[in-house]
Amino acid sequence: MIDKIVESAAAAVADIQDGASVMIGGFGTAGMPDQLIDALIDRGVGDLTIINNNAGNGETGVAALIKAGRVKKIICSFPRQSDSHHFDAAYRAGQIELELVPQGNLAARIQAAGAGLGAIFTPTGFGTLLAEGKETRTIDGVDYVLEYPIKADFALIKAQSGDRWGNLIYRKTARNFGPIMAMAATTTIAQVSHVVDLGAIDPEIVVTPGIFVQRVVQIASTTNHALAA
Amino acid sequence: MNRMTRDQMAARVAKDIPEGAYVNLGIGLPTKVANYLPVERDIFLQSENGLLGMGPAPAPGEEDWELINAGKQAVTLLAGGCFFHHADSFAMMRGGHLDICVLGAFQVSVGGDLANWHTGEPGAIPAVGGAMDLAIGAKQTFVMMDLLTKQGESKLVEACTYPLTGLGCVSRVYTDVAVFDVGAQGASVIEMVDGLSIEELRRLTGVPLAYAAQPQVA
Repeated sequence: MIDKIVESAAAAVADIQDGASVMIGGFGTAGMPDQLIDALIDRGVGDLTIINNNAGNGETGVAALIKAGRVKKIICSFPRQSDSHHFDAAYRAGQIELELVPQGNLAARIQAAGAGLGAIFTPTGFGTLLAEGKETRTIDGVDYVLEYPIKADFALIKAQSGDRWGNLIYRKTARNFGPIMAMAATTTIAQVSHVVDLGAIDPEIVVTPGIFVQRVVQIASTTNHALAA
Repeated sequence: MNRMTRDQMAARVAKDIPEGAYVNLGIGLPTKVANYLPVERDIFLQSENGLLGMGPAPAPGEEDWELINAGKQAVTLLAGGCFFHHADSFAMMRGGHLDICVLGAFQVSVGGDLANWHTGEPGAIPAVGGAMDLAIGAKQTFVMMDLLTKQGESKLVEACTYPLTGLGCVSRVYTDVAVFDVGAQGASVIEMVDGLSIEELRRLTGVPLAYAAQPQVA
């Protein structure tokens, strides 16, 4: 019997090693798998490369990981925010490397990795600082930049419900990067508010098919919090 | 010189958004446009973090922090609205499915180049978000900005000096004193606030401005 349900967040992240690349879902705090990140902090590993849209908000999630000094490099689109003080401090101190990627290119590169593509040609960023030194090509009169896939050893994502085969559905805008990160990581770990029986999720509305998910851990749904403006 | 307020600018942009348009309103000033879209018009607001059919802010106390907009503010979903993941969201932009996006700017060139993501100052932490995808993806990119900086320099320029967001992507610029079309043919004035002359506008901007229409009260 295949059962991808893991009993705790700690058990779910127990094989993440120093130097791992880890995708973390979420747009700001919506969809951020805080309890998996807390377990990763408790595990004590460092030198991580983190892929997330932002570089932490406030004190929780990716911000806490950065504050704990575990992040060597972050690949993201929008690090600087009013509440990104832990990233700002680490960046200004030269303690964290930043690869800034336009948000749509971040999504497309993650998706390309999950789909097994060797690279993509994207119009986004052409002629800007973020495309400097990159190969370009004109196709049907449009200028494109060559960008490579972003894959990772692990993806930590948050979903609403999951079953023991790993099928997932999400909640509102907490979906964001979850489905594509699940496809792009060697090992995808989903924290879900509800573990449900096989067949309980209508197959017509499964968003992430279980083939993309290796572990599911139930975390009672937590109160979301507001972000500083 | 008369200057339009933020709300007047937002109302002016809203006038140009037709029934049935799929629209993304950028973070900051452009989000105000939503307040002036006539309720009788079906206009689909897209938010880059994965929703289409975005509704107004919820009543205080009714916020759901898993239902937010690109500025990470709590929003609502209209009946008929839907959620999707990030790759689909940006396919809507890059794939040319979005009709209009409205963005803020540091500078716009007469040729339609946009600079709105980075001042390039030493020590500034850059953040780009979805700006580059939006700028080049939507069928029409509108910019909303004050014409002049606090120092009195024109933000409509011959060539951008700040790092670019996109090349030749802006079609229309709504400012506090005038509305311009920009693009390969250069900049032309569509409207000016009452009391402003084309000569004064040319002096303020220092760029060549075509002008054919009668000045209108904005």
